[in-house]
Amino acid sequence: MTDASPDVRRDERIKPVSPFRRALIRPELGGICGTILVFLLFAAIAGDSGMFAAEGVMNWTVVSAQFMVIAVGACLLMIAGEFDLSTGSMIGFAGVMMAILAIHFSLPLWLAIILTFAFCVLVGAVNGWLVIRTGLPSFIVTLAFLYILRGLTIWGAVYFTRQTIIGGLNEKTAGDWLAPLFGGKVLTGLFTWMGEAGWIATFTRGNRAGQPVIDGVPMLIVWAIVLVIFGHWLLTRTKFGNWIFASGGDAQAARYVGVPVNRVKILMFMLSAFCACVFATCQVMEFGSASADRGLLKEFEAIICVVIGGALLTGGYGSVIGAALGAIIFGVVQQGLFFANAESSLFRVFLGVILLTAVIMNTYIRRIITGER
Amino acid sequence: MTALVEMRNIKKHFGHVIALAGVSFDVHAGECHCLLGDNGAGKSTFIKIMSGVYQPTEGEVLVDGSPVVFDSPRAAMAAGIATVYQDLAMIPLMSVSRNFWMGREPEKGVWPLRTFDLAKADEITVAEMRRMGISLRGPDQAVGTLSGGERQTVAIARAVYFGAKVLILDEPTSALGVRQTANVLSTIDRVRKQGIGVVFITHNVRHALAVGDRFTVLNRGQTLGTAERGSVDAAALQDMMAGGQEMALLESSLGGTI
Repeated sequence: MTDASPDVRRDERIKPVSPFRRALIRPELGGICGTILVFLLFAAIAGDSGMFAAEGVMNWTVVSAQFMVIAVGACLLMIAGEFDLSTGSMIGFAGVMMAILAIHFSLPLWLAIILTFAFCVLVGAVNGWLVIRTGLPSFIVTLAFLYILRGLTIWGAVYFTRQTIIGGLNEKTAGDWLAPLFGGKVLTGLFTWMGEAGWIATFTRGNRAGQPVIDGVPMLIVWAIVLVIFGHWLLTRTKFGNWIFASGGDAQAARYVGVPVNRVKILMFMLSAFCACVFATCQVMEFGSASADRGLLKEFEAIICVVIGGALLTGGYGSVIGAALGAIIFGVVQQGLFFANAESSLFRVFLGVILLTAVIMNTYIRRIITGER
Repeated sequence: MTALVEMRNIKKHFGHVIALAGVSFDVHAGECHCLLGDNGAGKSTFIKIMSGVYQPTEGEVLVDGSPVVFDSPRAAMAAGIATVYQDLAMIPLMSVSRNFWMGREPEKGVWPLRTFDLAKADEITVAEMRRMGISLRGPDQAVGTLSGGERQTVAIARAVYFGAKVLILDEPTSALGVRQTANVLSTIDRVRKQGIGVVFITHNVRHALAVGDRFTVLNRGQTLGTAERGSVDAAALQDMMAGGQEMALLESSLGGTI
């Protein structure tokens, strides 16, 4: 056979792709459209309800940030091809463990926080290890942990303190060096200044008169932003990010070229547990108490955020920015219906509709990418 | 000349099933050695031993004349033996560039801010693809949009770029159309001219004859000898693969069309 000269002509059967279609081929597209849509919707029906005043904005931003924190973990894990259904139970477990250690065993709060994080991340690693070793779907393995952790949480709370809500953490936060990292507020100076300048609402009565109603940005929001930036950077800009895509896209093909698939998956389970812990710790610091029933259904809400954000349930495709937008949509809808005085049960209807629309749209986008028909 | 890889009297038993009953095979630099055989002849088992997936029950593997033991596919890869599997080579949802560099991503910057050097990766990917005769819409084009032949070519280009000395191609043409097959065969030819030893596994005699320098036929776990190019024709190879008489009968009833 003679050496064929490289045939680098354009294939005349491939239609040129319009810029619009090219723009469509991004995992975040659904999230971007959805975000614009819900903002327009609530600007129309709840624009005069205070939803877009400083207090209102802070209200739905905090809720969105909560979703964002757990969505980052769920997103990277889903792209790596696995699920974690134990997130919600992990949130309850982490809070109660922290409270028992700090109140019942009188450990300093910082030590309780560190021990809780270490244990929960270890549980995440066990989740991952079991999935890898048994080859079972992560759906089943983490479903088991959903029940195991919730059961242990309630049992532990009742066994040590005879109640399912453990309070009294506020006193422990005073003077603790680690607690402000989760329960503190930043930019307080800026908000005081904005209050003095009359840009935002201030208290007019009581012992806080003159101080702004919103006195700073909660650390939860800072965590959400940091985790989103870190997750996006890790996924799209690093070698490890490529391994995450590869592990979820086709684990066997990735192994053939030397990607440490098992390590990647176990680390992502650990990250998911870490995110659940961040959520739990911020909540405990905010309320000053831990409760055994916290975090119920959060695993599904995290997965919904991720799917709205354009990730495929089967793994190998998705975006952290998309998941963050999904979290914003979730937060805005949940709080927006409240501001609009809508029947709160409608929230679930709305959620179902958004979820279904997002999944259908994502399937369509994936077909364009892979050229399937 | 020493062979790049030589397999001596390889035997492989799975329980009481004898998959390979003493097969010898070698591949030299710059040649395409075709391994032919019908389904169940032991081709897959044989290449899995060569690429380190299985260990032989008996027999020796020699790389550049010295005996080695591959305990994992990574060990074989480190010795310069790359395998391109028929369907497990690429991840459709990832871009060509990300697939090309998967597992060996170039990095830049200092720890802990080391990043995947996408600009360099994209540039090299496009250049290597061009050399193989594939014009990409862009390095970020998803592999899912490529045809089967193009995917094989990306996998081959990847193995060559990362320094493969021996390239094992497992049935690269079995699922392809006429034109795509021609593309893959010309890629094999191009790779061979770069001094790489190619092991081409196929059950299609015509594809083998198009590019092969030597031909080894496996039948029921045994080798029926190795033939040089020119000393053997399609009919003889077909006969050896299918095992004589039975096939001759079938063929005559079909008018010699296969």
